[in-house]
Amino acid sequence: MENYWLSEDPITINECIDKVIRPEAGAISTFIGVAREYTQGKRTLFLEYDAYVPMATKQLARIGEEIQEKWPDARVAIAHRLGRLDISEVAVAIAVSTPHRDASFKASRYAIERIKEIVPIWKKEHWEDGTKWLGDQKETVSYESKGPKEEDLR
Amino acid sequence: MIEVLFFAQLQEEVGKKSVQVTADDLTVNDIIAKCAAEYDIKELLDEAMIAVNEEYSNRNTVLTAGDVVAFIPPVSGG
Repeated sequence: MENYWLSEDPITINECIDKVIRPEAGAISTFIGVAREYTQGKRTLFLEYDAYVPMATKQLARIGEEIQEKWPDARVAIAHRLGRLDISEVAVAIAVSTPHRDASFKASRYAIERIKEIVPIWKKEHWEDGTKWLGDQKETVSYESKGPKEEDLR
Repeated sequence: MIEVLFFAQLQEEVGKKSVQVTADDLTVNDIIAKCAAEYDIKELLDEAMIAVNEEYSNRNTVLTAGDVVAFIPPVSGG
């Protein structure tokens, strides 16, 4: 699980790259999610992330396993920040290395989408006029049809 | 003894991170009913996912002493 971790301290994408770089890799695709100041015109002062840490760590590792089932030559590292984040701080960092570029792009995209489905981490928005724990961030399907599917119950 | 964990909005509504429930032959649904009776969180529980011992589970799961049940509100990581 050392490639999958949650951190109260700032994270950098280089930490993830260092865990997946290897001679067999010809491509490393990276993704970082950062704290956004404006969402539909509303100003965020800072964010706060909480998690069910042991389960979230396991679910991140599970995403890595899913990626290796789909792209067997992939190596994955994912770090997610916890606690208070100022605007533009890194919330999540993902690095995927593969022999060729196509799989690395696809797998890094897969990782962030799965994080938003199954990893028990929550974001609290702090605005000038209040706070709110946010729910479903996929914004494409209703929560009822999302959730863990039958195959997720393992 | 079964430990019940709350997160995010649920944790704020309940006012604590966890509660202990003592009873035998409970299902997750029974825990939901108990919590909904004690706290004003029925709607939040209805939309929560369920984890038992850190794995996603369903509401019909029968619990045994020592199990840890977590209510997982819609997640918003990333």
